[in-house]
Amino acid sequence: MTQTNDKPRVGVTDTLRRFDDRRAEAVSGLRQRWSDLPRAWRVGALVALIVVLYALPDLAIPGIRTTETDFTGVLFLVAIYVLIAVGLNVVVGLAGLLDLGYIGFFAVGAYTVAIFGSPNSPVVIKFPWLVCIPIAIALTMISGVLLGWPTLRLRGDYLAIVTLGFGEIIRLIATNSTITNGNRGIAGVPVPPGNWPSFVQTIGIDGEPLGGRALFSINDTRPFYWLALTAVLLCMYGVRRLENSRVGRAWLAVREDEDAAEIMGVPSFRFKLWAFAIGAALGGLSGALFATHNTFFNAESVLLQTSILYVAAVVVGGAGNLLGVTVGAIIISYLPERFREFADYRYLLFGLALIAVMIFRPQGIVPSRRRAVELADRAKEAPTNV
Amino acid sequence: MRQRLVRVVGVSALAAAMVAGAAACASSNSGGTAGKNCGQKIAFFGALTGGNAILGINIRDGAKLAINQYNAKNKNCTVELVEKDSEGSPEKAPPLATAVASDPKILGVIGPAFSSESKVANPIFSSAGVVILTASATDPTLAARGWKTFHRGLGNDASQGPAAARYMKDTLKAQKVYVIDDASDYGKGLAEQVKTALGSAVIGSDVIQEKQVDFSALVAKIQAANPDAVFHGGYVREGAPFLKQLRGAGVKAKYVAGDGVKTDDLISGAGKDAAEGSVLTCPCVPGDKLGGSFPTDYKAVSGGRAPGTYSAEAYDAANILLKGIGAGNTTRAKLNDFVNKYEGQGITTKFKFQANGELDPNSVAVWAYTVKDGQIVPDKEIPKA
Amino acid sequence: MNIHFVVNDFWELVVTGLTQGAIYALVALGYTLVYGVLKLINFAHSEVFMVGTFASWLTWTWLGLGVNSKVPPLIQVLGYVVIAMIVAAFASGATALVIERVAYRPLRRRNAPSLIFLITAIGASLVLFEAVGLIVHRQPRGMPVLVKPVVLFHFLDAAVTNLQLTIIISALAMMAALDFFINRTKWGRGVRAVAQDPQSAALMGVNRDRIIMLIFILGGILAGFASVLYCVKVGITTYDVGFNLGIAAFAAAVLGGIGNLRGALLGGLLLGVVENLGAGLFGNPWRNVVSFLVLVLVLLFRPNGLLGESLGRARV
Repeated sequence: MTQTNDKPRVGVTDTLRRFDDRRAEAVSGLRQRWSDLPRAWRVGALVALIVVLYALPDLAIPGIRTTETDFTGVLFLVAIYVLIAVGLNVVVGLAGLLDLGYIGFFAVGAYTVAIFGSPNSPVVIKFPWLVCIPIAIALTMISGVLLGWPTLRLRGDYLAIVTLGFGEIIRLIATNSTITNGNRGIAGVPVPPGNWPSFVQTIGIDGEPLGGRALFSINDTRPFYWLALTAVLLCMYGVRRLENSRVGRAWLAVREDEDAAEIMGVPSFRFKLWAFAIGAALGGLSGALFATHNTFFNAESVLLQTSILYVAAVVVGGAGNLLGVTVGAIIISYLPERFREFADYRYLLFGLALIAVMIFRPQGIVPSRRRAVELADRAKEAPTNV
Repeated sequence: MRQRLVRVVGVSALAAAMVAGAAACASSNSGGTAGKNCGQKIAFFGALTGGNAILGINIRDGAKLAINQYNAKNKNCTVELVEKDSEGSPEKAPPLATAVASDPKILGVIGPAFSSESKVANPIFSSAGVVILTASATDPTLAARGWKTFHRGLGNDASQGPAAARYMKDTLKAQKVYVIDDASDYGKGLAEQVKTALGSAVIGSDVIQEKQVDFSALVAKIQAANPDAVFHGGYVREGAPFLKQLRGAGVKAKYVAGDGVKTDDLISGAGKDAAEGSVLTCPCVPGDKLGGSFPTDYKAVSGGRAPGTYSAEAYDAANILLKGIGAGNTTRAKLNDFVNKYEGQGITTKFKFQANGELDPNSVAVWAYTVKDGQIVPDKEIPKA
Repeated sequence: MNIHFVVNDFWELVVTGLTQGAIYALVALGYTLVYGVLKLINFAHSEVFMVGTFASWLTWTWLGLGVNSKVPPLIQVLGYVVIAMIVAAFASGATALVIERVAYRPLRRRNAPSLIFLITAIGASLVLFEAVGLIVHRQPRGMPVLVKPVVLFHFLDAAVTNLQLTIIISALAMMAALDFFINRTKWGRGVRAVAQDPQSAALMGVNRDRIIMLIFILGGILAGFASVLYCVKVGITTYDVGFNLGIAAFAAAVLGGIGNLRGALLGGLLLGVVENLGAGLFGNPWRNVVSFLVLVLVLLFRPNGLLGESLGRARV
């Protein structure tokens, strides 16, 4: 039964696959060279990259600007998706838990800021934005633990349906309860404090110079993008540190073989719960930032389909690898906006692309090195199993 | 090897710096058009793809017809329709709205089509002075948010709900009414207005879910309650299967619904027999009362589809903006003043806006339609209280 | 809380719940069969069901039955339903098979982890969902009324209509047939063998690829049958009808013990009833909340579902 596997590859698929293999080699070669560079060079290049990222809304790089829709706004959305992917990566990529209801955490974060910050919500006590954000993170962490406590003892596939159910329950609560104003939603979500320095002469969309006026307003999307980008960078740094710490190694052990990890003295339940809580916190933060920018949130933004798309972003990009999940998030959020001219065919093409990418590169576009090795091992085992 | 990477990094950093420099020039938009002050644009804002596309397409085609007619008359100074497909989602709306706001040639917007996308897009339009003229978003609270360029070219839910209630009480003589809604912004708002207006005549109410298809439990409940009429605040998507199953179970109660259900999809979804006799209220004027050739002209633009819900409203809304542009109001501020002061007869109603952007109450005509022999036909204008 | 209503109409709610649950159970079997053999959640199964509803609609349209047709005489109704079942079973079975060939088989060759299968499944359902959506312009399609519900008898003060009885009985019959097929035939033995131990089965001469094709086709056929019953019951379909029903059916499969055929039946019927009672008690919006909470509760106490996983009857 192995013959089919060993047949010489022919045709387009084969050319594509070989091309992709070469690309992957080039990427891994680059990565090698990158880590061989002197530290000073690496830091310098990173700083340059970060500067470019912050300046992106004002850079006229041909080809990447969206034509039909505001580029800065799209960048903001992309940043939010990257934040979501980084958070979900902790759960799916690092701890190996399948969470199909991640949008529930996003919604909890968004609603917390809206409910505790907006004058239009049924809750009487109001907090400024700076207080709302920690509340949002704390509440989503709690909701992550509340969900994880009973369900993390379940096996992987069961977790999928239970998390899916969690996402649906959050959506139903958002749609039908009074504290969320139902589908009418909550407007007037607070924004961060601060003013533009008075010397800024850039013109806002209302035609007046921005200098001296509120930094965060609908007149300019850039500050929101900068805020989201800062959050992304900080969270990436944090997750990176976690990944290389004792916690990260514990997650790895639990992901590879839970029983073995348990025997070696890794309390797997506790670490899985931590992964859930941290992932939830990042999801909540992204929701909170999203609601802040929109100044409005309602249940229409809480869709299970979107939640499943998040998982697709993580896996397609390369679960377990920060760069990979970033690429995945950019693909699912940026491409549909960039290629609006395909209009109604966008999601059809997206579905085809999902299948194609996964068949050619099950380890994701930018795989985590360790995961790629795992997959290669499994593929070697395959013939006995087919 | 290492040196090559160093070079690559260095070159790209340099390139980035150069691009950044160039950007400063690129971002300043040169809006120079040759000769006369022409080339103004009107934007359509709403769903053209996705599950809610049909409503957006109705509106887009109505606006497109108006623009085509205008351009045929003003060949040397045409107006362009820019289509912004929001997919009806509040998530996609803000960057699209910003794109509209930062194109100085776009003076006005037909839309946003839905109430929830309005809540994120309208602050942006309002801040940039883009004239908002919606032909379909009927959430009453939209007018109360202080958006200075907001206008609504039709009655809101607060006018439709009580009218529907009056119709049930006075014309249908319904003593017992069962009210359902779909928990949507629109459906819930409408159902609440009806409940308030009907008071004790409401014998029961329930909430259905958007995209729900199977209503057997609800139908059983309604059957047990045996009402004279069932009011449904929501859209045809749920209305058609609900009505079909209601009739299938042999419930004879009159089915009354708002404009979200007033499309031929009700008949094609529920079937002629089930839909027969249903009452649909709408703050819109019947098609045969519409000015002359609109239905036939519309088909030429829409590729053969008859005017749907809000097509005529969109046509009127676009015409108002076009009249303003034609009269030389070629800045956003001037166009906004024009619309604020506008008074004139459209094909749906007589337009005159209040200070908050709502249509003058005297212009709001709520009509009752019924389904007769598989056609939605106008019954009568529901008298004002 | 509406205790009064639930107490008064308890049996009524149970009967409508069982009808709904019968359809859940038929779709749940598709999840369970695939999971039992491959340990894989076939996420695209919901769209297999959706394709079946459109196949039924197409069949009836071809046969000249529109949404406005009069109810035909009983004998003709039977004919229409049977023809639709054949066509829908064929369409759904073929769709399921295509999904297996395109989205799953290449991955199985690489022995990819189940997460990857999940993503290709999502891709496949997105493609089906969007393709059908584009073809029908995302508009609902109404079907003829084939059965006028008539109350046949009262079961503990619940009126049972002919429609409800037909749906429950035909679902049970199909389930029995499948049970017989899996437990009593040569092919069924192959399925069980592969589910128990793929390697030994291969050594004993069972062609695993064929067995896998078989279970996808079987799941598809049952989804096709379910889709016809659904169309007769609901009378309308849309391109996105699969998603919610698929989630409910998947939950039903898990509730009964995924991989266990009788578990799918029990889970489906139970979920239908629980959902209906929950909706009666707390109001319709909370229908799914109740059913998911029940699911979590059951899984807490019986982590492998009510009847456990046992397609191969030798699994722990």
